[in-house]
Amino acid sequence: MSDIKAISIAEVDKGMSGIRRWVFWIIAVVAPLILPLIFDSSYAISMMSQMGIAIIFALSYNMLLGNSGLLSFGHAVYFGLGGYFVIHALNAIDAGKFYFPVTFLPLLGGLGGLIFGISFGYVSTKRAGVTFAMISMGIGELMFAASSVLPIFGGEAGVSSNRVTGTGLFGINYGPPIQIYYLIAGWAMVSALLIYALSLTPLGRMVNAVRDNPERAEFVGYNPQRVRFIILALSSIFAGIAGGLAAINYEIVSQEYLSANQSAMPLLMTYIGGTMHFFGPVLGAILVTFLQVVVGVYTKAWPLYMGIVFMIMVLFAPQGLAGLIMQHQPILRAGLGARLIPSYLYAMVSGLIMLLGIISLVEFIYHLSTEIHSGTEMTLFGISFDIASSFPWVITILLIAVGFFFFRRACSAISSSWNSALAEIKGSESHE
Amino acid sequence: MNNTPILELADVTKSFGKTQIINGVSLAVPRGERHAIIGPNGAGKSTMFNLISGRFPVSSGKILLDGNDITAMPPFEINRRKLSRSFQVTNIFHRLSVYDNIRCAVLWSLGYKHSFWRSLNRLKDVTELANHTVEEIGLGAKGEALAGALTYAEQRALELGITIAGGAEVILLDEPTAGMNHSETDAAVELILKVTKGKTLLMVEHDMGVVFGMADRISVLVYGKIIATGPPEEIRGNKAVKEAYLGEEAV
Repeated sequence: MSDIKAISIAEVDKGMSGIRRWVFWIIAVVAPLILPLIFDSSYAISMMSQMGIAIIFALSYNMLLGNSGLLSFGHAVYFGLGGYFVIHALNAIDAGKFYFPVTFLPLLGGLGGLIFGISFGYVSTKRAGVTFAMISMGIGELMFAASSVLPIFGGEAGVSSNRVTGTGLFGINYGPPIQIYYLIAGWAMVSALLIYALSLTPLGRMVNAVRDNPERAEFVGYNPQRVRFIILALSSIFAGIAGGLAAINYEIVSQEYLSANQSAMPLLMTYIGGTMHFFGPVLGAILVTFLQVVVGVYTKAWPLYMGIVFMIMVLFAPQGLAGLIMQHQPILRAGLGARLIPSYLYAMVSGLIMLLGIISLVEFIYHLSTEIHSGTEMTLFGISFDIASSFPWVITILLIAVGFFFFRRACSAISSSWNSALAEIKGSESHE
Repeated sequence: MNNTPILELADVTKSFGKTQIINGVSLAVPRGERHAIIGPNGAGKSTMFNLISGRFPVSSGKILLDGNDITAMPPFEINRRKLSRSFQVTNIFHRLSVYDNIRCAVLWSLGYKHSFWRSLNRLKDVTELANHTVEEIGLGAKGEALAGALTYAEQRALELGITIAGGAEVILLDEPTAGMNHSETDAAVELILKVTKGKTLLMVEHDMGVVFGMADRISVLVYGKIIATGPPEEIRGNKAVKEAYLGEEAV
């Protein structure tokens, strides 16, 4: 494994050069524009809107986690407060108190995020590491508690509004969901571009330096507290924009926006997607939202599946999806990608068998503990059976055991195909 | 020529709890001098560096940089006043490339501060200075390599590069040749002489060959006190030094 790491790290910077980088950016711009033409159901469009919001939120979060090494448990504060700013603004616009085009309302969300980013960040960024994590959590809890007390948060019911204010530009009034989708997609692109550009500035590099070694940063003239503070303030702008878009999308902002649960979402997304590559959080946001929406329809146990995915990533692929993908660059470039396919297929099939077993087991237990009142009869994957009998359980355990056995073998097949590919690359390098 | 010493310590003490590590050190280093601090283990050499560079606060006494009081300043303030230091244990930005390590070291001194509206790659002065420094420390071929993946000697060179890149006037080197073999040490000494030309250099060093070969003056620190300061030949002949230090290690 150490070989894999050494090569992939050295290749990362060179990997995305020239034409490929352009292709990447063109896809990133074109795909969101044409996707709703392909997936045009209202279900798909609402899911993609949710993904757009999640992408901004996760990218904002990774400005802290990946770029600055700041693990926040309270990023929902800036998301939620941005949301409240926008929902109150919408109500004020509806009431005719002032005029502001809805298209630019997320800016107010960003402003809300920034104001609180500056006030809370001043305290929380005094320290990094565990202290920062704890303070961010404390601030999160504080705001959550405040939201049930202060009338401006609308209590448990939240604050609702109507996004069709009649003030849209060029006759776009944001009534139909597709218009909201494009609003979100537009803001997501602008935000992603700005966050990316930010990573290429002097400040962007210094936050990396402070992440790696705050002490050394002090001895090249930088105050690490100040650097952390500025990046947190900037990051809270984008969290606020995401919250503002959510407010416009759902036309309601409630306590849920400020909850610990909401703070955990970008952490999951960013970690699963990969913190060390710019597009990691984007992948994570798309995948987690997809799981949340699609799996959420089929089973109440979706947070559990989410947890399992998260655990597996933390344990076996801490570099995230983006890291896994980028690891393949040297092998793909050497034209040896095909060599990996058989072992990957092997792992996929055996993994699916194991997954089938695990899902069945989880669903059985969920059924027993939450829906026992409707009897022990249940339907899974289109098959009906009675979980009071032992037969389904035996099948399930068998699936897990067999899947696990072959999956283990598939893993060593993967590792040997990797080794042979890497050996060949090294061999051809030394011939040059 | 300005006659105020560029660095001056006036009766500096430092205690950790009840243990006094630095016991009233006074020292004046004139501009452009190469000054070595030697002394047995535990004499307080590194502590002295930590006090000068602002890593620890002093217990009492004063430290002046070019006549200005820097005693209570945090490290980054002191660094902005053109005093830079290296560390005995390599202290670099591990997950950044060699080139980026150096770029981070020059950003403040070139006035870019927390700028987030300029593209780093387009800053000509940063690029030039970083390229120049990377070449100077002999890592030109390794510019894109991750700092954490370098060999020990290369990391020491990078450590030195980060220290000098910003153009500091006063440079503190804490055991720059620690852990190196003979040929590495020779290369390191040559490099140090090259990159600190015209600067004031203060260094802690255990290798007596290096010390006596490089230093204009030497101070001997024993139990937190400077027992002698003078040119190498004078220190070599000093009786108290021989007893307290040189005799002990049989040089």
